[in-house]
Formats: sequence, structure tokens, C-alpha cells
Amino acid sequence: MTDAPLLSVRNLRVTFPTRQGLFQAVRGIDFDLGRERLGVVGESGSGKSMTGRSVLGLIRPPGRVEADRMEFQGQSILNLSERRMRKIRGQRISMVMQDPKFSLNPVMTVGRQITEAYRLHRRVSRADAHAKAIEMLRAVQIRDPERVMDSYPHEVSGGMGQRIMIAMMLAPDPEILIADEPTSALDVSVRNEVLSIMDNLVRDRGMGLIFISHDLNMVAQFCDRVLIMYAGRIVETLPARELHKARHPYTQGLLASLPRLDAPQDRLPVLTRQDSWRDDDLIAPRADTDLPGGL
Amino acid sequence: MTNTMTRREWLLSDAPQTRRQARLGAFYQGWLTFRTNKLAMLGLIILILLLGMAAFAPLLAPHSPFAQDLAIRLQPPSAEHWLGTDALGRDILSRLIHGSRITLFIVGTVALIAPLIGLFIGTVAGFAGGWVDQVLMRITDIFLAFPKLILALAFVAALGPSIGNAVLALALTAWPPYARLARAETLTIRHADFIAAARLQGAGRARLLFRHIWPLCVSSLIVRVALDMAGIILSAAGLGFLGLGAQPPMPEWGAMISDGRAYILDFWWVAAMPGLAIFTVSMAFNLLGDGLRDVLDPKGGAK
Amino acid sequence: MTPPMLAIRDLNVWFGEPPDRVDAVKSADISVAQGESFGLVGESGSGKSTILRAVAGLIDSWSGDLQVAGLKVRGARRDRQFFKTVQMVFQDPYASLHPRHSVDAVLSETLHLQGIGNVDQRINKLLDDVGLGRSFRFRYPHQLSGGQRQRVAIARALAAEPRLLLLDEPTSALDVSVQAEILNLLSDLRAEHDLTYLMVTHDLAVVGHMCDRIAVMQHGRLVEELPVADLRRGAAKAEYTRGLIEASGSLGATA
Repeated sequence: MTDAPLLSVRNLRVTFPTRQGLFQAVRGIDFDLGRERLGVVGESGSGKSMTGRSVLGLIRPPGRVEADRMEFQGQSILNLSERRMRKIRGQRISMVMQDPKFSLNPVMTVGRQITEAYRLHRRVSRADAHAKAIEMLRAVQIRDPERVMDSYPHEVSGGMGQRIMIAMMLAPDPEILIADEPTSALDVSVRNEVLSIMDNLVRDRGMGLIFISHDLNMVAQFCDRVLIMYAGRIVETLPARELHKARHPYTQGLLASLPRLDAPQDRLPVLTRQDSWRDDDLIAPRADTDLPGGL
Repeated sequence: MTNTMTRREWLLSDAPQTRRQARLGAFYQGWLTFRTNKLAMLGLIILILLLGMAAFAPLLAPHSPFAQDLAIRLQPPSAEHWLGTDALGRDILSRLIHGSRITLFIVGTVALIAPLIGLFIGTVAGFAGGWVDQVLMRITDIFLAFPKLILALAFVAALGPSIGNAVLALALTAWPPYARLARAETLTIRHADFIAAARLQGAGRARLLFRHIWPLCVSSLIVRVALDMAGIILSAAGLGFLGLGAQPPMPEWGAMISDGRAYILDFWWVAAMPGLAIFTVSMAFNLLGDGLRDVLDPKGGAK
Repeated sequence: MTPPMLAIRDLNVWFGEPPDRVDAVKSADISVAQGESFGLVGESGSGKSTILRAVAGLIDSWSGDLQVAGLKVRGARRDRQFFKTVQMVFQDPYASLHPRHSVDAVLSETLHLQGIGNVDQRINKLLDDVGLGRSFRFRYPHQLSGGQRQRVAIARALAAEPRLLLLDEPTSALDVSVQAEILNLLSDLRAEHDLTYLMVTHDLAVVGHMCDRIAVMQHGRLVEELPVADLRRGAAKAEYTRGLIEASGSLGATA
């Protein structure tokens, strides 16, 4: 972790004009991403998805993205022109969205979509692209890649679809993968499989992963570090292993409000939101050092 | 409490206190969206002017629309006759002003009857499904298979030329697209959870249709009607032009163009002035329709 | 002896006609006692929601024996008495409220249909019951958050004072903190109004919290029925159930 971060963001702000004035979806957040798995957790409206989208330049006007710094390997990617952004998006920073049903083209075979996406970024022959696609489908543990290549998106299951998306997104060997709720449309039994496949690929290739999710426990399982977002700001940064040592009342409240099979209770503790969470001082990252033994 | 609130805040409030405030608030939101579309506002202004023109026609018109004076026939636009005179020496401006009443009557009636027929047939077909759907939609297909104007011509020819029959013919030929649209909307709504929820309260079919499905179909129909208005005006003018709509000496715009046709090369204004009027009004309806789409169509509209 | 609130015997539900017929539920037997909270667990396509919809009369292609509070129901026809006994809360609060109807319109229509008078007072009472309060009465769905919408949907279901509530994944579209609020509300309402719940969910932790007994479904069949205490102890017999528990990571995964 001595080398410069892959992605460095300072004071990122995303605003949308509305009738009631400017709506600030993201209000000045800082983070660095190394070759690690970074979880971004928050509830709906916390700005977690907007953060992911702004990195890829996917915020459409009239929405505005501002930042003191947004650098990808030392190069500023803040408000790049669409033409220059396209060279980065997909090729060097990829994104996997929530529902494969909406992100795969329904009238094109899976194979064609993967090869075409690949050929957009790499000047290779059709045959090479085909070989690469098969290799990628194998990498996401699809048993019969030749057959899957010829099938249409509606012929594959949700879990398979998401694996295909991952194969497609990782084919050009990007340096960063942004996964926005990649498993929330999937059943629990496929969920873990898809996650571990993604996890292995990301680790083997030494990529940076930004994992956006509402599910604290899942993020804790699959990430190295977790950012907790509330109302457009990062309220707490924690090593994933120490999630249960969270100090911000919001994080604690989120964890407590989950029903648990192993600890039955009559009533679930309810989160009482406090206005101060919106603007108070943040809990410093790596705060665990001054509290030996934890609380 | 209300004293400290401006009227705007009261209207835009997220927590309305009464039914009336909620309704007015929803309406005001729509108006604000509509207002941002400058062209749609232009369309609305033109149409308001047209309405005013029709309402105060006798006061506004400088001459009688029917007074003939062969001594001044086919005069070019001048200070006395701003838009010139026609072949019988009638003042074209006065005829246009009075003609706006006829145009509005035709457009208004057609725009009321056709979408209602379409809405009813389309939603019933979509909601009932099965053989009802098949029968109603095949009937719709038969109507759609003929070009609109030809079908209207056949109707008027059979019923006899008059303005009332022209309106009827236009309405009878204009509904099929609305039925199609309403059916498509109904099919997407039919299986929605809120319909299932209403059924679980014991709501009957008629209630589901009129209270739950119609309000959701109406907005897209209104948009479609506003965009179709131009076509209706043109069809009405077409019937008038062919002598099957308004009968002389009524100053219907289409019939006026038809009158001017014989002199179009030497006395261009006789046909051009009503043409310009038809063009302006058609365009105004199109612009209005575009603006209404932003307000009423939940799809594609920015929140 | 009082009859069970809901007795389902040999229930089959299918969609489509023979060459393309899909059997969504195959000979299911479920019995829910009065005052009990029963959970149906399974993954998507297991047929768990289909059972609820067949009971509610939203699907007419079913066969078997269906009794609600000792009364037999047939086909998809349900009378007013049925709707006064059984109500349903849907999964997606964004889809289960009519976008053009205000809270007031939704609740007064329900009360009107159920033939209940004194509408003004009842609406206020219902809104208080579900923890919304009267200020919400004239709002439209787009002015409500997901959790607030679900509260309105619950108020609508409660308007007729039913005895059996069918809950179709009532919290899966909500944030976890809101889920906790809604689950608490449902627990409170059950205690206050002496309700019976049949709850469908894919989340084992949620059924573990809410239910007394659960049945696990896979491919349209009931795999196993067990008390929640057994689920907690990890005493599930069927392999499929054990796999689900493991995958959901609800037992000891947080340690």
C-alpha cells in the first residue's frame, strides 16, 4: 500500500437543481482507493450510487459534479469530455450494475455482446475476441461457455446473467471495478457464488474494487475497508473486520436494526435519526488505535 | 401558521392539510413544469388568443363576414381591409375571425368525442381480455385499415354534407388510435399491485375501470389529443375544402381556402390568409401537446 | 375446537395451458392456527408468493381444498365477508399504491367498499395506528418515503379489521432501518388486533424474528415445516433448508 492510490477523491460534491433549490446528493466526501476492496454502505438516498456514478462521469445534466480532486492514477478525471471519458470507462474503470436484466441487450447473443464490448477497447481480431470471451466465461465459472455464448440474455438465469456481466466488464482488464448492488436482484444461494467469483477475479488481477451496497454484513464479508455514508457524507470509515466496533451511532443503529437468527429479540431497536449526523465531525478513520481493546 | 407562509409555499407544501390544498398543489406543480417550456407557453398564448377571438368575434371583426360588395372584390391587403377581400368582396379578416368559432367548435367536439370512445373501447378491451378484447380490437383494426379522410368522406357522403355530420364523421374516424393507446396502457396497469389491492377491498370491475384505470390512461390520451388537434383541424379543413363540411356562406377556414384556389396565382392572399390561420393554430396545438407531455406523462419526464 | 384460521390441503396452482403449463405450486398442505404467525420461505420462483395470491383470489387456476376460518372458498370469487377476514400487504410499496390517489382517497375508498361509516374518524384512527399521524392524510404517494408508503398499505389492509393478514415480502424493498420499524409495527398490530399472519419472505432472519413456525419451499413443493426454535438451533432436517441457512449467513456469520 506504499504506492500512490488508484483513485483519489477529495471534496466530491454532486448536486441536482430542484424546485426547492439545490439538492446535494453527495456533500463533500474524500476517499482513496488502492488495490483493495472498498465497500460503500448506506441506505437509499445516502448518495452511495451517485458517488460511483460520478467517478465514471455518468451524472447527467442538470446534475453537477464538483471536486477539489478526482484523480485516476494521477490523472484528473473530473468532468472529462465524453469522448475522453469513453476511453477510460469500460476499459480502465468498469461498472457492474444491479440487475443484469436491464444491463444486457435483450436482442443480442451473450457472446456477441462480450466480444463487441471487448473489441471496442482492444484492437483484436474477431477470433481473438471470441477466444477471450470464452476464457472470461470460464473465469466466472460458466461450465459450458460455447453454449452460453450463443444464448440470449432471457435464456439465462439471474445469477448467470450477473456472472456474464462480470465477465464482460472484466474482459478488457480494467484497473478499477465499481459494483453497484451487484447481487441485490439475486437469490441468497447464488449471491455468495457470484460474490466469491467477483472477489477472486478482483484479487487475482490486483484490481481496485468499489463495492456499493446497502447490506452491511455482506460488505463486511467481502471487503477490506468500509465507508459508511449518510445523507451524502461519509460518517465513518472502518476496516471491514472491525465493523462490529463501529463508533458512529448511525452505523451502530444500522447493525442493531437487523433481525438475527442467533439472537432473538422481541422488538428490533429502531434507528432514531439525529440532525447532527448530517453535519457533525466525522469519526476519524482508523480510530480503533486510540481505543485498545475496543468498547 | 398560514400567515407566515407564502402562497407559493402553501401550494408546494409536502404536507397538505386539506383535500383542496393537495389538489391545488398537484396542479401548481404541473403548471411550474409547463411554464419552463417556452414554446409550449407560446402555444398556450396563441390558443388563448384564439379563444378570445372566437368569444368576441362580433366585436373584433371590422366588417360583417357575409356582406358582399362586388365592387371591391379581390382587393389586396390594405388599410381598409387588412387581409384583403375575397371573390365576393367580403373582408377576409372578418371571415377569419368569425371562422375561428367554427374551427373551435369542430376541434372541440371531435376532441371530446373521439378520445372518449377510444378510452372506453380500449380500456374495456384491455381489462376484460379474452374474446371481448379480440372483438373490440378487430373492429378497431377495421377502422384503422382505411385512410382517415377517405373514411370521413364516405361517412359525410352517406349522411349528407353539413358541419354536424363532418364533426361526427371526424370523431368516428379518429377514435381507433386512442383505443389502441388506452388498451396498451391498460395492459401494463392491469396486473399492477394497486389493482390487486383494490380487488382485495372488494372493488368491482366497473370501479376498477373508471376509478383506477381511467385516471392513469387519461393523461397520455390528453397529450395525444393535443398533438392530434392539428390533424383534426386539417381534416376538418379538408372536408370543408371538398365542400363536404361547412356550407357557403359560412366562413369555415378550409372552405375559404377552397374558394381562393381559383385565384391562387393572381390573388394569393385569398387562399393564403386562411391557410396561415390553420397553420398557426395547428402549430399552437402541437406546441401545447409537447408541453403537456412534460407535465402529464410520467415516463421520460424529469422529476 | 376452533378451526384453523387458514387450512390449505393439496393445493396445486398452475399457469398457462398444457403444452406450456407451468406448475407453480404442487400439492401444498399448510395449516395456520388462529393468532399464529406462519412464515413461508423460499427463493424466487419457489411458488411462495403464488400460494398467497391463490388464497387471496388473485389467481383462478388452482385446485385443492382451501378453508378460511372454517369456511370453504372456491375459484377466484371472493365475497365481502372474505375480504373482511383476509387482507394482504404487497411487496413493493411503490407499486401497491395508485400513483394518482392520495392517502385519503385510498383509505376512504376502502372504508366505503367495506361498508364502514364514520369515515373521517376511522381514517384518522388508522393513520394513528400505523404510526403516520393525521398530517399524512392528504398526501400523494410521491410525497411519501418507501416506509411511509408501506404504512399506508398496512393501514389499507387493516381498514376492514381483518383477522388474517397475508404479508408478501413486506419489507424486502425497504432499507434495513425502515425494515426494523415496519417489523415492529407489524408485531405491535398483531398483538393489539389479535391478528394471524401468513408471511412470505426470502429472508430467514426476518421469519426468525416474526414467525412461530415456518415452511420452506423449493420448486413449488414444501420441503420442510419446522418451528422457528428448531431453525435457530440449526436443527433443520432438509438439506435445502440447511443450505439456505448457510447461504444467508444469519447464524454466526457476523462474529
